[in-house]
Amino acid sequence: MELTSLTIDAARSAVAERKTTALALAEAHYARIQKEDGQIGAFLTLSKERALEQADRIDRMAAEGMPLPPLGGVPVGIKDVMSTRGVRTTAGSKILENYIPPYDCTAVARMEAAGAVVLGKMNCDEFAMGSSNENSAYHPVRNPRDLGRVPGGSSGGSAAAVAADMAVVTLGSDTGGSIRQPASFCGVVGMLPTYGRVSRYGLIAFASSLDHIGPLAKTVKDAAIVLRTIAGRDPMDSTSADLPVPDYVAELDKPVRGMKLGVAKEYFGEGLDDEVRQAVESAIDKLKELGCEIVPVSLPHTPYAIPTYYLIATAEASANLARYDGVRYSHRARGVKTLSEMYRRSRDEGFGAEVKRRIMLGTYALSAGYYDAYYLKAQKVRTLLTRDFDQAFRKVDAIVTPTSPTAAFRLGEKSNDPLAMYLADIYTVTADLAGIPGISIPCGETKEKLPIGFQILGKHFDEATILRIAHAYEQAGH
Amino acid sequence: MKVTDKDVAYVAELANLELTPEERAGMLRDLNSILDYVDRLNELNTSDVPPMAQVSDRYGVDDSKQGSERFAYASRDDVLEGLRMSLPHEVALENAPDADEDFFRVPKVIER
Repeated sequence: MELTSLTIDAARSAVAERKTTALALAEAHYARIQKEDGQIGAFLTLSKERALEQADRIDRMAAEGMPLPPLGGVPVGIKDVMSTRGVRTTAGSKILENYIPPYDCTAVARMEAAGAVVLGKMNCDEFAMGSSNENSAYHPVRNPRDLGRVPGGSSGGSAAAVAADMAVVTLGSDTGGSIRQPASFCGVVGMLPTYGRVSRYGLIAFASSLDHIGPLAKTVKDAAIVLRTIAGRDPMDSTSADLPVPDYVAELDKPVRGMKLGVAKEYFGEGLDDEVRQAVESAIDKLKELGCEIVPVSLPHTPYAIPTYYLIATAEASANLARYDGVRYSHRARGVKTLSEMYRRSRDEGFGAEVKRRIMLGTYALSAGYYDAYYLKAQKVRTLLTRDFDQAFRKVDAIVTPTSPTAAFRLGEKSNDPLAMYLADIYTVTADLAGIPGISIPCGETKEKLPIGFQILGKHFDEATILRIAHAYEQAGH
Repeated sequence: MKVTDKDVAYVAELANLELTPEERAGMLRDLNSILDYVDRLNELNTSDVPPMAQVSDRYGVDDSKQGSERFAYASRDDVLEGLRMSLPHEVALENAPDADEDFFRVPKVIER
């Protein structure tokens, strides 16, 4: 049995049936990380002690014949923006280089309570700000499918680790596309849950009204298992929804025949690469063959999504990142004489270029005289973007789009042009702004063998429907 | 140009960032290019559109109530040590760049 290419159910039942052990699974993944990650760079910190302790706990359960929990013995990775007690958590930033959280993120705690073995922390763009993982303050991540190309971002390490069999599943975070875009670049499944479905407690805040935690996985079913594990009300996050969590896994095999799928021309316009367009159109044809009805819908405010997103996200970021002052935790500059000099120099030394750029833009958009013109204006357009979806979802069950306008680009290709980089998120930011769920699923590759992904967007709190459609597509093969 | 060098210096001060002259020049260029792009939002008439601060309000807000009672969905009982234990003193100080046994230490704020 190849221990590093298993799905969640295969890994868990192999441990439960004593065909292998959780310890052997963890060690096989660490061996693979040792072998592969030198050139990929997906991990920032390994949490071996914690992993082996958990593996031992699971193995003792298996030895005693106890039923294993849904992720029993499954090796996972956690994006380094989620707090892990006793395990260094950097958010990809030098300002948190030595930060060891005193508590666990709820999503991580729920994964471990369900038996997951946390191998380590995944590289990402600094504070999840970026679309290529080149903004990590430590080192970039390289796309396992082509080491000259980016894995996408900001959850680039989380996507690359799954693609390169260094973890069975990983948790990522998505504020403007940071789960779905790297999933499409690396050829894996990535899911953005509805805002409020998964607690953000312990997630290092970037833009609080847009931040989400979700899974990256090899299969739709694995994504469904992880979502079922981490979803649901958490009193530690007042925005987490007090709604029942459906059994996403049980819903997967329900038929998709007769479902109405919206296709919006705004997502197939200028800037969409031809090969990506063809692959997504073939995916839509396949869904039609499976009995789905394709319905044209209009999302007219889509061209305004990127400017709206970059005003709201940076405004919220400028407030959230004010906490890094070098007092209670985070980097402090040496040799400073006054308190204000300490703040300025600590932040200047600790933050990278993109983070400073966004703090500056956000501070500007919130400053006296500009608040109405920028921040308030963006909040109003956010209402319009959300109404677009409300109207479309009166006619359809889900909407199908490309995940990203292109396949993975080369390292360095966009790193000197912030605006060009922002446009990589053009099809993904809308779901974060409206708070609706979305999933990216692989749908073929380019002539250069680069993965292409397409996205299914759903109604608020209706993850079950998009998972079901994605699963039907995946089972049918492309 | 919407943003001048003076604006960049002012915003940097608001944000507690100490930018080098090179960083300041780059920031001037990038902010102007991004703000030019963002200007397209003015093509939309939003005078009758309410702002949207966050998604959760769509599900919980009780419009029949006034003030903070509208957001009752997000409230919880005010209990001491209710949801989790407060961090022990020494744990809370563990990540501090500078601390004594009781307090975070910072450079002197007031000169005598």
